[in-house]
Amino acid sequence: MNQFKAGIWSDHPLLRQLLGMCSTLAVTTSLMNALFMSFGVFFVLVSSTIIVSLIKNIVPQEVRIAVYAVVIATFVTIIDIFFKANFPDASRALGPYVPLIIVNCIILGRCEAFASKNSPIASFVDALAMSIGYAWVLIILGSIRELLGSGAIAGLTIFGKGYDPLVVALLPAGAFIFLGFMVAAMNMIEDKK
Amino acid sequence: MKNTAKIILVLTSVCLLCAASLSLISLWAKDKIAMNEQKRVEEAIKTLAPQAIKIEKDKKNDITIYKLLDDKGELFAYAFNAEGLGYQGTIKIMVVTDTAFTKISGIEIIDSVETPGLGSKIQEPDFKNQFKGLDSTGNIEYTKDIPSKPSQIKAITGATISSKSVVAIINKRIAELKGQKDEPI
Repeated sequence: MNQFKAGIWSDHPLLRQLLGMCSTLAVTTSLMNALFMSFGVFFVLVSSTIIVSLIKNIVPQEVRIAVYAVVIATFVTIIDIFFKANFPDASRALGPYVPLIIVNCIILGRCEAFASKNSPIASFVDALAMSIGYAWVLIILGSIRELLGSGAIAGLTIFGKGYDPLVVALLPAGAFIFLGFMVAAMNMIEDKK
Repeated sequence: MKNTAKIILVLTSVCLLCAASLSLISLWAKDKIAMNEQKRVEEAIKTLAPQAIKIEKDKKNDITIYKLLDDKGELFAYAFNAEGLGYQGTIKIMVVTDTAFTKISGIEIIDSVETPGLGSKIQEPDFKNQFKGLDSTGNIEYTKDIPSKPSQIKAITGATISSKSVVAIINKRIAELKGQKDEPI
């Protein structure tokens, strides 16, 4: 239970550890992108931490990182091909950021820091919590940026024709601004405790 | 020594297993991905040339082109991809022209990562529609004022580079198809 809370809140991968920032900043221009990215990270994180946890006793220390990297790369390629085959539009919108999950620090971080020392079930719980943590931040960021930047959410127009879009919300600068606010809010809440 | 053997064994088997599963997945997805690509090409052509009943893939000067046939089975236009660098990344364009490549009947932006709100306006009808009926006997051109020639389009304010890139990409590809080499842009 504690492990679960850690991933979603107190040890949040994005807002506390500030890992995996690149994809977070890049793909959150719309809610749909955020959802697909979150699913991709969820799939890769859960599958690779379970595998790493299963094979932790037979992998020699010297090559463990290389083995993790191969396992992660395999699952990332699987999800990339899966998106390309079944959701071509989403896959195009996400561009290189799905393949780039390979170098996302959250994944390698959880494999090395948690899965390689714990049982497959504990690793699964940890990965699930971390992915949910990752997802809720992406969903909020994606919604805010899409709403302000194009006056819509998930492609559905909310603000109508009279709305003059705040273009900066869609640009990289907007990503930094809104993520900054979220990290600040997180720190404020934690400081008050 | 024993450890080295174990390292080699583990790494090799992990890599083999991963490679094997990936080839299975890619075998399953290959046709689907190719079909998606095909569907996208056809959809773009259908919006540009609704009268195209049949689309045939062909090659001209080593470039893939699509022959568009009307209901009588006669060739009336060519469609082809053109791509090149824009302001932020690759722009992919589908172009439909007459059979001599001297008149553009329309363009569709297939892929682009231009700046939202500025360069991304190349995807909007206001910009794309300017290419309908554009004279491509020579190079097409862009201007920042009101177009005065049948081969000119108006560049988007604040996105001159993106507009210029679209024009240059189309010029280059048409020149290649006409068989001209190193056309100055």
